[in-house]
Amino acid sequence: MKPTNIKDPEVFHKVVDCQHACPAHTPVPEYIRLIAAGRYDDAYMVNWQSNVFPGVLGRVCDRPCEPACRRGRVEEEPVAICRLKRVAADNKQDISARLPKVKPSNGKKIALVGAGPASLTVARGLAPLGYDIDLYDEQEVGGGFMRSQIPSFRLPESVLNEEVNYVLDLGVKTHFKHYIDSLKSLLAKDYDAVFVGSGAPNGRDLAKLAGRKEGDASIHLGINWLESVAFEHTKSIGENVIVLGGGNTAMDCCRTARRLGGKNVKVVVRSPQADMKASDWEIEDALREDIPILENHTPMEFVVENGNLTGMKFDKVRAEYDENGRRSLISTGEEPVFIKADAILIAIGQDNSFPWIERDIGLEFGKWDMPVVDETTFQSTNEKVFFGGDAAFGPSNIITAVAHGHQAAVSIHKFCQGESVAERPEPGVNLLSQKMGFHEWTYDNHIDHDKRHLVPHVDKETALKNLKLEVEKGFDQDQGFEEAMRCLNCDVQTVFTDNLCIECDACTDVCPTQCINFVDNGEEDDLRARLVAPSNNKDQHLYVSGDLPTTRVMVKDENVCLHCGLCAERCPTAAWDMQKFSYTVTKAG
Amino acid sequence: MSYLKSTFRHPESPKNKLGYTEAVYEGALSTLCAGCGHDSVSNSIIKACFELSLEPHKIAKMSGIGCSSKTPAYFLRSSHGFNSVHGRMPSVTTGANMANRDLTFIGISGDGDTASIGMGQFMHLVRRNLNMVYICMNNGVYGLTKGQDSATADIGSASKKGVPNMFEPMDLCELAISLGSGYVARSFSGDKSQLVPLIEGAIKHNGFALIDCISPCVTFNNNNASTKSYEWVRDHKEATGTFDLVPEEQEIVVQQPNQILETISLHDGSVLNLHRQPHSLDIQSRESVLSSLEEARQNEQMLTGLLYLNTDSRNTHELINSSEKPMNSFTKDELCPGSTILESINESLR
Repeated sequence: MKPTNIKDPEVFHKVVDCQHACPAHTPVPEYIRLIAAGRYDDAYMVNWQSNVFPGVLGRVCDRPCEPACRRGRVEEEPVAICRLKRVAADNKQDISARLPKVKPSNGKKIALVGAGPASLTVARGLAPLGYDIDLYDEQEVGGGFMRSQIPSFRLPESVLNEEVNYVLDLGVKTHFKHYIDSLKSLLAKDYDAVFVGSGAPNGRDLAKLAGRKEGDASIHLGINWLESVAFEHTKSIGENVIVLGGGNTAMDCCRTARRLGGKNVKVVVRSPQADMKASDWEIEDALREDIPILENHTPMEFVVENGNLTGMKFDKVRAEYDENGRRSLISTGEEPVFIKADAILIAIGQDNSFPWIERDIGLEFGKWDMPVVDETTFQSTNEKVFFGGDAAFGPSNIITAVAHGHQAAVSIHKFCQGESVAERPEPGVNLLSQKMGFHEWTYDNHIDHDKRHLVPHVDKETALKNLKLEVEKGFDQDQGFEEAMRCLNCDVQTVFTDNLCIECDACTDVCPTQCINFVDNGEEDDLRARLVAPSNNKDQHLYVSGDLPTTRVMVKDENVCLHCGLCAERCPTAAWDMQKFSYTVTKAG
Repeated sequence: MSYLKSTFRHPESPKNKLGYTEAVYEGALSTLCAGCGHDSVSNSIIKACFELSLEPHKIAKMSGIGCSSKTPAYFLRSSHGFNSVHGRMPSVTTGANMANRDLTFIGISGDGDTASIGMGQFMHLVRRNLNMVYICMNNGVYGLTKGQDSATADIGSASKKGVPNMFEPMDLCELAISLGSGYVARSFSGDKSQLVPLIEGAIKHNGFALIDCISPCVTFNNNNASTKSYEWVRDHKEATGTFDLVPEEQEIVVQQPNQILETISLHDGSVLNLHRQPHSLDIQSRESVLSSLEEARQNEQMLTGLLYLNTDSRNTHELINSSEKPMNSFTKDELCPGSTILESINESLR
């Protein structure tokens, strides 16, 4: 193999698994160290720069970082990254003085359609640069789906308001209760660019199923129902409730139903429970609130008697998988199962819908009637129109919408300055030795087995009585410190300088996980087979040095490196050094 | 400075026949200088004991005084250990071995502990052919007293202080061969692929087994003028051959092209497959080995590998015809067989 080019920012970025997995590339280990040091304001601001909604995401993020966490590979449970973010948000002081200062107007006008995370992120990027921003949303307040779909017992309104307002207070002109019904007429106004962050607002229905029309009064689409609860139009539900669907929206629906009077709430999914899309922790939360999940039940018909919904019939199925892992659900041939219900919530997915975008404005639509959007620049085929969030490529999550928003803001800024949007700014990168003295490091390098801390919950009876009471209490400062200390500091890189190495083997001898090898070079598969420790995780790369005096090379398998720094401590010539790698996605403002 | 090693190990660490991972054979985190060759020797011992599936509680690690003699703290944390007086590891090991011949004895010493203060003890230990592994971590300097030349420093070799050594060096391997040791090897801390099988063979050998392991001192003797530096040893070492140890139940022979394969059976049924170049030394002939060592010295080469092997050697217990049962397991009745027996012994002497 060729020597690893550590000057390529993506090489070390890949080693910081959590940051790499985060769509917005939040520098996770950096803010976790700040939390451990009790510097909550700083930790919050590191987050705010990257993901705009630390308090929100610290509660309801989909956490792609956690399955990626190295701790999950060397131990069992990843660091509770998401909940640590909340520790920073909960314990910070007033940070308003640290928010960006808005420059005088640059004369450019931007319209944002939808007031969800994608649009707000664009506003956070462009407003400080002096853009005049008009934000349109049909609701009476900002937040988009963060407000309408996420119940307040998971995300308190005060937290959402605070973080939405940090952005709106950057001088964004809001036009609430203003539904944009024509992109053409919006473009006809004097906007230099338009950003569409209108989400995926259509809940999927089971329109063809028998009894759907007849029972309509008691059958609701999950996201619409949640929205109606959020804006306090719906305040109660029947005692027997069926929630159809296995995603996070279904989990929010069933738990909300429990708080609005549902005593006997069931989630019914077509597939085996293991295939459910909902996050494990959301399923756990639903189970904790006495909500059973019935798997392998396919809806057959809504049962309506005398104009009233009485329940639903299901066909029992079993899942079979072909050699490609594709699933088919096969009826077991048993009698249909009837489940009693006063109300049924359908939460089986959602779709995009753009009835308000005319098809003759140079904005091309492609597969599934989705706009054609560039995956890097987020520009549509109408150069003035940019998309982001669920509106761009279909339903995803908040942190993805934020990542889109950052990139779209960069594109819009470049577009308005007459630059090519295709040329993307390089990430900000730094690599700095953490050596403080003889075998002393700036970071706490001793790590051991420590169990992941559980977040304390409000007791069930109290929680179910109050729709707005947040169920999770969050870590206190001491728990936050202990959890923060589980972080392996993967951003502190093991940097190897081949011309300093005397091949004494001290690093291979001391490495707890036997990552380091001195071997004859070869192709990757051949090398992996010859390393001291098993090297089977090909998602993690090999760090290969240039030729050493004995013509061998140093090969380090990054897979289970603990970043403990012992290789550097035992190195007599400082050929190994622990250097902190920082990687910042370049933003518009 | 870290004084503890993380408790994490590679999650897919292989296990040996006893179900142990290598971690079971580890010790504390080394406090020797960073880059010390001794740490590599320690690790080779860990690896050898792991690969041979030795039970840690059936090993005794013995040492004297010096940097090398600190290392038993850094391997085999669950084994017995005795850190004895300077140069006196041989007699302490002899005592321990007399008391319990069932243990595997691994003696660790350095060039000072062996070739200077302990030389008298060392020579008699070899003569008696005590069943043990004797590893001399040889770096040519007294590291703990800041780098004076030791008795194994070559003439003309200079440590960091810069004054060339003017006295003849002792060659521990030559000494051991002439005093009758049945297993004599020289190796280098920086070559585990050679050192680990050598340690395994030494453990399997019946009788005294010496491994003179060049183990550079990074702090005092790893400079250009030294003949015990990493660089010099790498440039001048000449392997006599390579071998793999095959435990009794397996029969694996990997024939290398252009090499001679010798298969040598050890007393416990394991087999040494020795691969060597044609015309290289015959390790079963003392004359051949001693002259090859002399020749290599004249050519400024350092012969490494297994230098001499005599599988017929008889250990101390066999020589003095002592009890096959470990003496520490004798019961009171066996130790004090009673006045009748005493009288019969006395009678036989009258």
